Amino acid sequence: MPQTILEIDQLKKYFHIGKNKRGAIFVRAVDGVSFTVDAGETFGLVGESGSGKSTLAYTVIGMYKPTAGQILYRGQSLGVEAGRRPLALKKELQIVFQDPGSSLNPRQTIRQILEVPLRLHRRELKKSELEQTVIELLQKVELSPDYMYKSPPSIGGGEKQMVGIARALAPNPSLILLDEPTSALDVSVQAKIISKLIELQAELNLTYLFITHDLSLMRNVATRIAIMYLGKICELASASEFFQHPMHPYTQMLLSSVPVVTADEERMKPKRVRSTGEIPSPVNIPPGCSFHSRCSEKSRPCTVDDPGFIEVSPGHLVRCHQFPTDTSAVFDEREILHRQEPGPVPFIAPLVDPFSGLVEGRTSDE
Amino acid sequence: MIDDNRLLDIRNLQVWYRVYGGYLKVLDGVNFHIDKGEKVGLVGETGCGKTTTMKAVLRVLPDRDTKIPGGEIRFQGEDILKMSGPELQRVRSQGIAMIFQDPTAALNPVFTIGQQIGDVIRFSLASRKSRRLEKTTIKSTAMQALKEVSLPDQERMLGNYPIQLSGGMRQRVCISMAITTPRQLLIADEPGTSLDVTIQDQILRLLRELVEKRGTSIILITHSLGVAREMTDRIYVMYAGSMVEVAQSADLFERPLHPYTLGLLGSVPKITGGGITKGIPGRIPDYLHPPSGCRFHPRCPQVLPECSAEKPSFFDLGNGHQVACFLYKRAQCRRQS
Repeated sequence: MPQTILEIDQLKKYFHIGKNKRGAIFVRAVDGVSFTVDAGETFGLVGESGSGKSTLAYTVIGMYKPTAGQILYRGQSLGVEAGRRPLALKKELQIVFQDPGSSLNPRQTIRQILEVPLRLHRRELKKSELEQTVIELLQKVELSPDYMYKSPPSIGGGEKQMVGIARALAPNPSLILLDEPTSALDVSVQAKIISKLIELQAELNLTYLFITHDLSLMRNVATRIAIMYLGKICELASASEFFQHPMHPYTQMLLSSVPVVTADEERMKPKRVRSTGEIPSPVNIPPGCSFHSRCSEKSRPCTVDDPGFIEVSPGHLVRCHQFPTDTSAVFDEREILHRQEPGPVPFIAPLVDPFSGLVEGRTSDE
Repeated sequence: MIDDNRLLDIRNLQVWYRVYGGYLKVLDGVNFHIDKGEKVGLVGETGCGKTTTMKAVLRVLPDRDTKIPGGEIRFQGEDILKMSGPELQRVRSQGIAMIFQDPTAALNPVFTIGQQIGDVIRFSLASRKSRRLEKTTIKSTAMQALKEVSLPDQERMLGNYPIQLSGGMRQRVCISMAITTPRQLLIADEPGTSLDVTIQDQILRLLRELVEKRGTSIILITHSLGVAREMTDRIYVMYAGSMVEVAQSADLFERPLHPYTLGLLGSVPKITGGGITKGIPGRIPDYLHPPSGCRFHPRCPQVLPECSAEKPSFFDLGNGHQVACFLYKRAQCRRQS
């Protein structure tokens, strides 16, 4: 039985953006997400822009305080902002950002950048040992020691991202959040970085929460994949199951939109789904199933009822009305309980509710 | 030989950019052609000169800092590089249209969609008919163009500002601007890259339908081999300022030959799984001091002694499949004998 390293339970993150006559308006970026990540696996979180995948990562790392729900790291709650987290917990979770150009300070040398996490999290290191540790970190990502004295603008995009990875590795974390680490890079550079990440995972026993919009990349790195749409997960399965039996219409639409390079891949793509429409604004999430406005399989209950999470086969969860609801097979009972409620889900964590007067965010004048 | 069917023919084009300390020798003898009604892909990684080539075709490179030491760009037989102002305007207004990568940057945020499409129509139609256009003509032409790119509620759309539209809709507006008036050639520079995969799929499908319906030729610039495979008849692969391989799309994916094409194809993650390769070692060369001979030789796993001495020209392997690599010199000789 693999050990659970990260547990996310009914996590919500709403952003307050204004007011109208009906009350406050919120962007429901993450709207009730639950999943677990096992130690040593690569959990892939896939979604279009605006689906809330980055907000989820930033909430886990502590850049945002969750509106509701729980984040547990090995049983310890992470439901507070990073400033109030114990240092020992922060050390275990690190993040690699999407754009290496803007996540590294251009006025610092690589050495200065890599020394920050070392000084903070590895206080046992003496001043004389710091340099050696920086060199070791650079070697881990296959950069030569003379990169220490270079500054980020003078090196290539792929190398910058390698420095970003080295910085995340510096405190010896056990879980790394990868927020689209290669989406700004070319495929040949991407291949280099991904193969390095896979190597490091085996060598250092790391767990990855890998966020991306690239499904074909996920096929090759993830053990399990979750698809996010408008702040909710609509399908979750192991990587091979996911690609062989995609169930949710949105997953099928995504898969049939992927441009591929071989005839074998062409055969794997579900043919019948044509991509239509665009992702609605998270301020104005459609009632019922949030995907119904773009769905080819839409039926009457879809516009009214939000479908629950159904386990169609072991480990394969789908949120869609096409699959008969069998209450015994429902993934999370709490999901069902809270589904009908108009307001926010009551807090599971003992936190003060800042949004007690919360009204469903709507801007339209219905 | 003059081929009536040939729309655009670029021969041995060189473009240098002036920087402190010399010239960046970006384009190193580009050879490229497209026929009428053809869909051609131009694939390469960031910084390989794809966009520079197409900007040279439209002559939109900054005059002061660019030098074109050699080559010619023939559009319907006439050399664009030697054209005077009015001739060039005619090519831009009636011959070639370009769709840019980032629709947000391509549209002016302070003018409405209607004003911007109207400008395009005025620019390309007025010169042809040499009289003022009626406002109603402009409006109906613009609405027709928006309808063709399947944008709903065209009347209201004309009064909208770009900020009121989503990324996918903005790209549709850009496409509609390129197709409002008849053109012979469309250049689409990474039209879907800044969009999500489902929206990219919609945009590419729309483009394909439009060019097939009108018989327009299209050059699709992209860094994604997958996109090129689904959209085009013929693909050029570009590396560091010159073409390394050209073939029919199906042929290129079945039988890639150049070591760079092989490395690039191997780096693409496949949805059938099979893991990830280690990519191509090294990085794109420094254009200030580019490598001698074949510019790929410092990164090439199958490098030969002659690679660093001489730049390989295209070796023809039949069926339009040409590759610029000395590994295939013998293959060509065998074919000819």
